[in-house]
Amino acid sequence: MALLTVSGSPHIHGDDNVKKIMYGVVIALIPAMLVSFYYFGISALILTAVSVISCIFFEWAAHKLFFKGKTTISDGSAIITGILLAFNVPSGLPVWMLVIGALVAICVAKMSYGGLGKNPFNPALVGRVFLLISFPVDMTTWPKPSLPFLTTNFTVDGLTGATPLGIIKEGLKQGHTLDTIQNQLPHYAEMLFGQMGGSLGEVSAIAIIIGGFYMLFRKIITWHIPVSFIGTTLAFALILWLIDPTQYVNPLFHLVTGGLMLGAVFMATDMVTSPMNPKGQLLFGFGCGVLTILIRVWGAYPEGVSFAILLMNAVTPLINKGFKPKKFGEVIKNG
Amino acid sequence: MKTFKIGGVHPEENKLSSHNPIEILPLPKVASIPLSQHLGAPALPLVEKGAKVKVGQLIAKAQGFISANIHASVSGTVAKIDDITDTSGYRRKAIIINVEGDEWDESIDRSNELKKDITLDAKQIIEKINSMGVVGLGGATFPTYVKMMIPEGKKADVLIINGVECEPYLTSDHRLMLEKGEEMIVGVTILMKALNVNKAIIGIESNKMDAIQHLADIVKKYKGVEIEPLKVRYPQGGEKQLIKALINREVPSGKLPIDVGCVVQNVGTAFAVYEAVQKNKPLFERVVTITGKNLKKTANFMVRMGTPVNDLIEAVGGLPENTGKIINGGPMMGKALNSTETPIVKGSSGIVIMPEINACRIETLNCIRCAKCVSVCPMGLEPFFIAALSELLKFPEIENESVMDCIECGSCAYICPSGRPLLDNIRLAKNKVGQIIRNRK
Amino acid sequence: MNTSFLYAVLSLSALGASAAVILYFVAQKFKVIEDPRIDVVADLLPGANCGGCGFAGCRNMAEAIVKKENMDGFLCPPGGNETMKKIASDLGLEAKETEPMIAVLRCNGSLANAPQKVKYDGATTCAYVHMLFAGESGCPYGCIGLGDCVTSCLFDAINIDPVTNLPVISNEKCVACGACVKACPRTIIELRKKGKKDRRIFVSCINKEKGAVAKKNCSVACIGCGKCVKVCKFDAITMENNIAYIDFNKCTLCRKCVEECPTAAIHELNFPPRKPKSETADNNETAAETKSEN
Repeated sequence: MALLTVSGSPHIHGDDNVKKIMYGVVIALIPAMLVSFYYFGISALILTAVSVISCIFFEWAAHKLFFKGKTTISDGSAIITGILLAFNVPSGLPVWMLVIGALVAICVAKMSYGGLGKNPFNPALVGRVFLLISFPVDMTTWPKPSLPFLTTNFTVDGLTGATPLGIIKEGLKQGHTLDTIQNQLPHYAEMLFGQMGGSLGEVSAIAIIIGGFYMLFRKIITWHIPVSFIGTTLAFALILWLIDPTQYVNPLFHLVTGGLMLGAVFMATDMVTSPMNPKGQLLFGFGCGVLTILIRVWGAYPEGVSFAILLMNAVTPLINKGFKPKKFGEVIKNG
Repeated sequence: MKTFKIGGVHPEENKLSSHNPIEILPLPKVASIPLSQHLGAPALPLVEKGAKVKVGQLIAKAQGFISANIHASVSGTVAKIDDITDTSGYRRKAIIINVEGDEWDESIDRSNELKKDITLDAKQIIEKINSMGVVGLGGATFPTYVKMMIPEGKKADVLIINGVECEPYLTSDHRLMLEKGEEMIVGVTILMKALNVNKAIIGIESNKMDAIQHLADIVKKYKGVEIEPLKVRYPQGGEKQLIKALINREVPSGKLPIDVGCVVQNVGTAFAVYEAVQKNKPLFERVVTITGKNLKKTANFMVRMGTPVNDLIEAVGGLPENTGKIINGGPMMGKALNSTETPIVKGSSGIVIMPEINACRIETLNCIRCAKCVSVCPMGLEPFFIAALSELLKFPEIENESVMDCIECGSCAYICPSGRPLLDNIRLAKNKVGQIIRNRK
Repeated sequence: MNTSFLYAVLSLSALGASAAVILYFVAQKFKVIEDPRIDVVADLLPGANCGGCGFAGCRNMAEAIVKKENMDGFLCPPGGNETMKKIASDLGLEAKETEPMIAVLRCNGSLANAPQKVKYDGATTCAYVHMLFAGESGCPYGCIGLGDCVTSCLFDAINIDPVTNLPVISNEKCVACGACVKACPRTIIELRKKGKKDRRIFVSCINKEKGAVAKKNCSVACIGCGKCVKVCKFDAITMENNIAYIDFNKCTLCRKCVEECPTAAIHELNFPPRKPKSETADNNETAAETKSEN
């Protein structure tokens, strides 16, 4: 008989582990991924594959070069980063740029801090923002979704167009009124299902919501961040809209366009970079929402979700410090 | 159904032995009775090598306020008083008795007849509990009489009886409630009289419906005793959690249940109190569950203290080939044994045999800050944070994190998806912070 | 000339000048008057802040020396006598010569000598294992081998040997700061005299159990037979609680006890090899065992 094992209690473990959580997120990302393949065709497929493979490769390489011991590529976190990074770029992006994005996301934003769990910022967002700042033209050239699957002419210029948010921002800058601009926009229903210009993963709000419910069901995320993020964005946009409907767009427009859904459901809820306490999570979502609208309405960029989340990631340690859970028996002691 | 408010987990129940009636385990050949079977100071041996002892004879006397008498669990000759390895592998003094026959002390009432009338008054009852060496049988083995002596200026208004048995696998309390239900209830009334309260609530988790119904029938005859089914949730058997669940009072941090007017006793203790007070029988045997997924059979045994764990294992058909761990107590809070020679003591509620595949922990990865440990902590602590500080040896800082409130239930380490040894580090921190606090005094 | 250029230069200069004036007065007002000798002493100290001297850091020790104006009782273990002499000469004091010390591991319960009886799985810190149970070998006094001493060492002087699972203390790197002595939950590590030519003799066991019990867990345990006490002509060995202890101040490194020890619990370090004697160790061993059982 083998030696008996001695260890401290507890001697049993719940069936939860990091792998299950990470692959749960991957599963939740599948609907949005399928939508992106449907709308953007083979280019989406290539970009997603390249992104995932290069993320896994960079994580493995960083492990081999800088860390001892087993690599962590099998835990699935690199796959998530890869998919999310691909989701955040336009479908016409040159592949080599995406590889650079993956390098920054994995090596700079994640492994340099010590790997999964130690990164202060969401790696995929860091990669995305790096690309946005480095290659602004390529990152804001949006091929329009084209329904026929397996279209090969994804580099044809005639198919590119701005995102709805970009159209509005540009239009307002040129002094058009909102009414005239809105004629250029797709309908809400179209936007809800993804019929608009945008990054790979952010086009279909419905697909993202399905993934979000799956993660809620698996208890991978809690409702706090998405609800407060989206709620704050809506509320803030509503206030502006009520003040002057000719200058500010309908709050529903903010909801279905751009990366709000993707950010609120998949990026802001990243366990590693979001607060741990429900109250802190509500505050985190609130901050994200306010910053998103601030950047969208008054900022230089048409889209502000990634910046908002990254900024809130930076204050997460503070939020964690400020919001401690209620301790058992504490109220009576103080009272 | 009621339950406590913050945290908690629901491990797989695995109550494999819940249908095994209590059997009497044959006497061991040699009984090693440790002098420290309770919380507090070890008892002082009263017998010497070569002395003849009878079952129930006082062989070691309590030393100090928090301590308990120890009685012979077998009859025979004292072979020696020597060090034996206890559950942790460290060596502790024990009285080793060679068993000869089974001769009981005459003062013990061995009949099975139920004695309901309580002839003693409150003071006498507490004195009796003390002299019979009764300690809390839920696992903490705190001397019962100390709990029953209410400090001046405080008052108990309700007695809470813990029949929760929230640990997976264990069924000893469950079987006791089913088979010795009425005796246990009489024990409860004795405790009520001693505490001068007229209300007692027995909390039982709803995975023991048969016990709930059985006791509910019995308590109709007893005034002031209530049965309360509780939602299955670990660690409901923790004193503070049980009080919160049953009467919604919150014991303040660093205080005792008596500060909110409660006294909590285990059902096993209530039965031991019945036997001590009504039958004059000291605490020298208890119900022990022996269970495990790979065992030939599971069982609930009435075991004399000092019986080696080996005897129990032999009685259920020997250790399976792929045994990886033997746990004294439940899998959430029990201690892993070094050897099967360790004796059963007052605090052993069960022996759980784990197969090799379940014996080791999962691989430890980085903390992914999922906050699951925070959400399951029944005391509202931040286990990941305390454990991280403990790994950095920053013990003075940990004191501010209320680490002494930790009840060591293990929910955090149970749930951690990264398999981090959270409770190990927290326990170390508790130990070190305790030293810091003691040094300050 | 562009006036805005002029304005910029003038306003910045004015700002700088006023800041300089304010800083000057603030520096005067809050000046900390410190003995300049403290800096001198602190510069001489190695600056490792190891705490071996008993102070929180090198500067704290420098302050204490300057304040006391006396070198008695002060010793910087990493700096050694040389540093102390330098400090003394700078301050015009006298430093006492102290013998160099070194950390010594008093346990030889390697995987071969004290085989594993159980497997441990959990937090990899000795302090916790010590709380939890006796250890994998079953010896409640023996080395746990998870390396609390290794983490405590600021000088990288301790490593765990993967074969024996015991820490190995480097002769060159160890400065006897005592951090490992404090870190070891079982106080196995002791600071002993480094000895001439690094030669040391010590009992490599601290097990206080009776001989037979100790022997069960570890083949090289001190069984408390007392042979070394008898053989020592210099009164250097004492026997207390079943454990022999060699006083390094009295020991003359004659090595008699090493030969006598039936369980090879007494170690000699850095001695030239000697001629192997015909071994009667086996007989001695059993004799010692029967004796200790009584």
